[in-house]
This record gives sequence, structure tokens and C-alpha cells, in this order.
Amino acid sequence: MHHVVLDRWSRGNSPVHRRDPRAKILALAVFLIAVATAHRALLLLAPGLLLLLAATLIWARLPLAGVLARAAVVVPFAGVFALISGLAGDPARGLSLMAKSYLSALAVLVVGATTPLPALLRGFEMTGVPRFLLIVGQFLYRYLFVISEEAQHMRKAAAARGAAARDWMARDLRFRAAAGALGVLFARSHARAEDIHRAMLSRGFVGHFQPLEPIRFRRSDAAFAVLASLAPILVRIAVERAAR
Amino acid sequence: MTPLIEVRGLCFRYEDGTAALRGVDFRLDPGETVVLFGPNGSGKTTFVLHLNGLLSGEGTVRVCGLPVDKRNIPEIRRKVGIVFQDSDSQLFMPTVLEDVAFGLLNRGFDRAAAISRAQAALATVGMSAAASRAPYHLSAGEKKRVAVAGIVAMEPEVLVLDEPTASLDPPGQRSLAELVSHLPQAKILVTHDIPFALALCQRAVFFQGGVIAAEGTVEDIVSRFDWDFSFGGSKLRH
Amino acid sequence: MYTVHIPDGFLSTPVWVSLDAAAAPAVAWMSRRAQRGFDQAQAPLLGVMGAFVFAAQMVNFPVGAGTTGHLLGGALLAMTLGPVSASVVMTGILAIQALVFQDGGLLALGANVVNMAVLGVLAGYLPYALWGGTRWRKVSIFAGGALSVLVSAVLALSELLFSGVRMPASVLSVSLVLFLVSAVLEGAITLAVLESLERLQPRLVRQPEAGGSRAVGVVAVVAVLLASVGVLFASSAPDAIQQITHQSAAGTGTWLSKSGAGLAGIALIYGACLAIGRVASRNRSA
Ligand SMILES: Nc1ncnc2c1ncn2[C@@H]1O[C@H](COP(=O)(O)OP(=O)(O)OP(=O)(O)O)[C@@H](O)[C@H]1O
Ligand SMILES: [Mg+2]
Repeated sequence: MHHVVLDRWSRGNSPVHRRDPRAKILALAVFLIAVATAHRALLLLAPGLLLLLAATLIWARLPLAGVLARAAVVVPFAGVFALISGLAGDPARGLSLMAKSYLSALAVLVVGATTPLPALLRGFEMTGVPRFLLIVGQFLYRYLFVISEEAQHMRKAAAARGAAARDWMARDLRFRAAAGALGVLFARSHARAEDIHRAMLSRGFVGHFQPLEPIRFRRSDAAFAVLASLAPILVRIAVERAAR
Repeated sequence: MTPLIEVRGLCFRYEDGTAALRGVDFRLDPGETVVLFGPNGSGKTTFVLHLNGLLSGEGTVRVCGLPVDKRNIPEIRRKVGIVFQDSDSQLFMPTVLEDVAFGLLNRGFDRAAAISRAQAALATVGMSAAASRAPYHLSAGEKKRVAVAGIVAMEPEVLVLDEPTASLDPPGQRSLAELVSHLPQAKILVTHDIPFALALCQRAVFFQGGVIAAEGTVEDIVSRFDWDFSFGGSKLRH
Repeated sequence: MYTVHIPDGFLSTPVWVSLDAAAAPAVAWMSRRAQRGFDQAQAPLLGVMGAFVFAAQMVNFPVGAGTTGHLLGGALLAMTLGPVSASVVMTGILAIQALVFQDGGLLALGANVVNMAVLGVLAGYLPYALWGGTRWRKVSIFAGGALSVLVSAVLALSELLFSGVRMPASVLSVSLVLFLVSAVLEGAITLAVLESLERLQPRLVRQPEAGGSRAVGVVAVVAVLLASVGVLFASSAPDAIQQITHQSAAGTGTWLSKSGAGLAGIALIYGACLAIGRVASRNRSA
């Protein structure tokens, strides 16, 4: 499953992995904005920025082809719109949609593949995201691993039963069976949340979560933040100059 | 000698009307290790949840002489540490170290002290190498050890383990028994695992339908209730 | 089966900037409400239920003609956890989807949050809040599921149009039909799951309180209105929108003026919703 692979990548060890999440978030924001606001010379700019991301991936010792392929999840959606734009007589926009959405997705993926999600969420605290929401996100991610496994077991069990039944079982019945399975999964998830809450209370939970280690912004992080933020800007300026 | 835990006439009904406990009397003395046996749904977990005020029913529960009520709850949760049945519900923090330190931070330890105590607890359970790992990448046995570390780190006076060996393979069960037997606290074990109970406990109580139906030595209770799932069990022979 | 998680690169700058700007205070306010003061004890429940919605996508519902669909969950969460908590959960889901699954953009997160987590969830709760306690209960549950998807999808579509993404009328009508089909499916799934849950554990289903929260109601009504305006707009005048955006783009070339009018419209209406909601909630507590 996708999140399992990404989680494994994010726990690697490389100079990029070791950077403070805030430095990476800053650089990511600059990159995304540089892409989003670009209108000229996209045919040159896109390969330039792609190279930048690829270089980061190599520096982070991540499988280049694997990551590039994974970012392609946006291609079907973008492709449909590119096609529509093309049919509507605006192929340039179609191309720009493809290029921009792919580059943006890849950039987010590069950060996600070099930063464990809990650290990334903590990094987002500086951008003013409410802490409560980040903690909810943390629990969501943690129990994604547990609940999706439960769902998979239920699906397998249902499939084993359904394999024989599929042909003759009316669609309505299968629909109800699926709804019943989700009802059970919902109730179990709710009970799980109650258990977690009890486990928290029993260890003296007093109403708020305290982070264990303060994340420290080192000089190398500052250097990374500056360089990684400047890079896409410089690429864009260079390309737009050259195109003029 | 004041008992560590003293329960009198405890009754409890869940919101949906299920009467899970119908008058339980129980006592745990310092240094003692007691096993709770009983069929599924007989109220063992419900009983255990009363021991640090996670549920509260009618009757009295005293921990080290203190009645379990609102005022004493922080104190009582410090004295009684519960390792829950499902490790995934207990290990909710992003990393193992953060999880073990969770209770310590709640108790007001500063970060440095919490980290060093958490590391010591991880060393006790033999999981030091996993400190920075995510709980969902651990095996069932490793998860259980970390869960135990999270409780041991808080140095409770009574350790309660709810079905600790349920999802472990035989070597995992053996090494957990080894680990638990070396912990100095008085213990309450909820388990269906007879070798595990025999290795650790002097006394057994048997839950049935929300009451303690009998108590005695482990061997005694096992034979009286035919509580051995191996096929050599006495009922087959009769 | 057919949702629009807008990726980055699709929305024009003014559109994503203003929707981010609109989403931020809304999310801040809802997180505050959902955590009940400063106690974070609700966090595990909301997180685990978010994980449930994710996992629920693995369970397929037969639609017919060999295709299947799955639960999207906004309305179901609103009817079980309440609209405000549901919004927080959906926001968390959208954030994780953007960060981990590259499903929806990061700059476009504000847009997706407004469409699905805020207005979609509130619209999904509206019929249930109004008629959930009457003999129209089943209908209201179905309508809630359907409305949540319809509102989100139409909002996304109008944002794309405002951003100058060109769509011929034929494509637009096909999308609207697809939205309708997904809406009906979500309505049916929401109803079926809620009924099965009610048999298992009735206490987990929230009974609509008489009257409900007026603030939430007002915002929800406006969300539905907004979406209907979007439909009319999109279906009647896509070329007009394109003309506006093309003219302004050709005229000055600055991104600020590009598609300014339409966008300011969305932002203004949305701001108005928020303001009305605030005032209404203040009046209620006073
Ligand atoms: N949250 C709950 N709501 C309603 N009833 C419950 C709840 N939890 C447990 N029960 C019921 O209370 C009774 C006692 O359950 P309990 O979990 O204490 O049993 P147990 O002895 O721990 O069983 P097991 O060996 O299966 O863990 C059972 O009938 C159970 O169905
Ligand atoms: Mg139990």
C-alpha cells in the first residue's frame, strides 16, 4: 500500500532526511508558488524544475524511478482536463495543467518521502495550523495502519463468502453486505477510539499532548532553507530571461 | 498490613444495560501476584478498568487505603499501571520513545528526565534499539514489550496486565513471562495462558458471570473449573 | 466514485489564494469548537474516525454495469460525530491525502477544504438537521449524502471555471450527470451504512437536536445556494466566464486582475457566510 512505502522512504537517512521539517516546508512552499504563478516558457521551465527535484531525490538516496512513477497519480485527472482543453482549442493550457500538477505533486512527494509524517505535521505548526488539527492528523495517520488492515481482513472474508455467491447474489444484497461491513468497521473504530482514550487517561493524560523533543533549527537547516528556496526562483528567472 | 487493593461489593452496568459486574470482592497484598481466570465476557476487563478509576460502579474500591474517587484519581493512576489488552490502542504516539515518555510528561517530569527514564524502561524490556521507531512497524511481541515499558517507566506499585500473551507466539510468551517475573511490583494478570500463570502466580481467582466464583491456588482453580484447553483436559477423561 | 480533489496547477492564483485565506479561519474556528475549549481528549476519536473513512474506501459497493463505488463519508460523519467534528475530520483527511497520497494539491488544499470539509459537510448535515427527527428521516439521510457530494463537486467545478479551465458545454453536462450519479450513490451508501450502524450500536448515531445550531444551519443553507448558483452559472454561461478571464489576462497580464471578478465573488459570498454564521452563533449564546 502506498502509505507503507512512503513511510519506509521517509525513515531513510540522508542529508535531506536530516533537515528540519520547517526548512523543507518553506522550500516546498516557494517551489509550489513558483510553479503555480508561472505562465511563460513552461516548456523550458518544467524540465528545469524537474531536474531540480530529481537532483534532490538522488541526494536523498531515494529510488528515482519509483518516486517519479508515484507522482504520476495526478496524470489521469490532469490528462482528462488537458484533453478537454485541447479539444476546446487551448492545447497550451492543457500542457500547462499537466506539467504544473505533476511538478507540484512530485515536489510534495519529495518532501513526504524525506520527512516522517509526524515530523512533517509538527513542522506545519509554525505555519499557524491549529495544533489540535495536527494531533488529529497524527492519530489519523497512526491508525490508518491499523484500521485499513482491519478493513482488508473484512474485505477478504467478504470476498471469500462472495466468491461463491457473486453470480447469483443480487446486487441489492451485495450492497447491503458492504453496508453491513462498514457498519461493523465504524463501530469497531469507535470502540478503538474509546480504548485509546482510556489508555491515555490511565497514564495520567491531563488534556494536552506535550512534544518530547523540541525540533531544533540548525545552521545547516537555515542554509538548506535559503538554497532550496532560491533554487526554483533562480531557475525560473533564468528560463524566463532566456525565453525572452 | 493495608492491602494494596481492596474491593468490596463492586457492581457495574454498562450504558446499554449489560450488568458486567455483580458484586465482586477482591484483595491484593504487597508483593503478591494474582491471576484472574474466567470465560470471555465474564467481566475481567471491566473489573480491571475499575482499579484506576476508568470506570466507576457501585461498591468500594480502595488502592493503598485511598478510595477511588475524583480527588484521588491522579494519585491512584500513579499507583496502578495497566497494560491493556490491545497494544495498538496503547501505543498511540508517533515513536516508541515518545510513547514510553507519554505518562512521564503527563506527570510533570521535564523533558530530559522523561527521556532518561523512558530509555531506562526500554532497556528493562530489552527494546532500547527501537526507541526511534514507529510503533506500527513493530511485531506483536515488540509492541507488548514497549507497552509494558510505558507502564514500568512510571514506577507503579501495582502492575495489571490484561491478556498480555494473547497475540504472542510461544517463544514470545516465554520471554514475556521471563520479563514480567523479574519486575518487582505486585501484579494482577488476566490471562487464559496456564503455563504463564503457573510460572508467575501464587493465587488464582475465577470470574464467572460478573462475580468471583472461586479462588485458590492456580492448580486448584484449573482443575476445579476444568480450565485447561489441552486435549488431555479432565472433562474428556470423565 | 467521482470526487474532485483539485490538484495544484489547476486553479488560478487569485482563486487558490482567496480560498486558502477563507479556509484558514474557518478551520481554526472549527478546531477550537471541536476540541471543546483546550482539551485535546477528542483527538483520538476524530483521528481514528478519519482512518475509518480512509479504510472504508477499500469496501466496494456495486453500482451496476460492472462498476463499483465507495463511501466518501462527509455526511455520515456529520450524522454521527456532529457537523463541526466531521469538518475537522474531513480537513485532516484532505491534508493527509495531499501530503501522503498526492490526491489533491497543497496550495489547493484551501479550496478542497472549503468544498468538501466545510461546505460539503454542512450541506450534508442540513437535511438531517431539519428532517432527521421527522417521518422523513430516511429521505433526509439520503438527501444529506447526496447533497454533500453535489455541493462539493459543483463548487470545485465552478472554481475550475473561474480559473479559466476551458470546458465545452458538452463536457460540462457530462460532468454534471456524473456528479448526480455519484451523489445518488453516496446518498444510498450513507443511508445503508447508517441503518446498519443503528442496528449495531444506536448510541453512535446522533439524533438531530430540535432547532439545531442556527449558525451551522445558516452556513449550510448558503452553501447549498452557492452551489446552485454555481450550477446555473456553469451550465448557462461558461463561455462568458472564459471571455472575462481571457480579456483581463490579455489586457494587463498581471495575475491579480486575472479572473478577478469571479473570484472576488466567491470570496465575498464565502466571507459573508462566515460572518453571518458568527453573528448568528453570537446571538444564540447571548
Ligand atoms: N463498552 C461496553 N458496552 C457494553 N457492554 C460491554 C462493553 N464492554 C464490555 N461489555 C460487556 O460486559 C461484559 C464483560 O465484558 P469484559 O470485557 O469485562 O469481559 P472479559 O472477561 O474481559 O472477557 P474477554 O476474556 O473476552 O476479554 C460482557 O458481557 C461484554 O459484552
Ligand atoms: Mg477482557
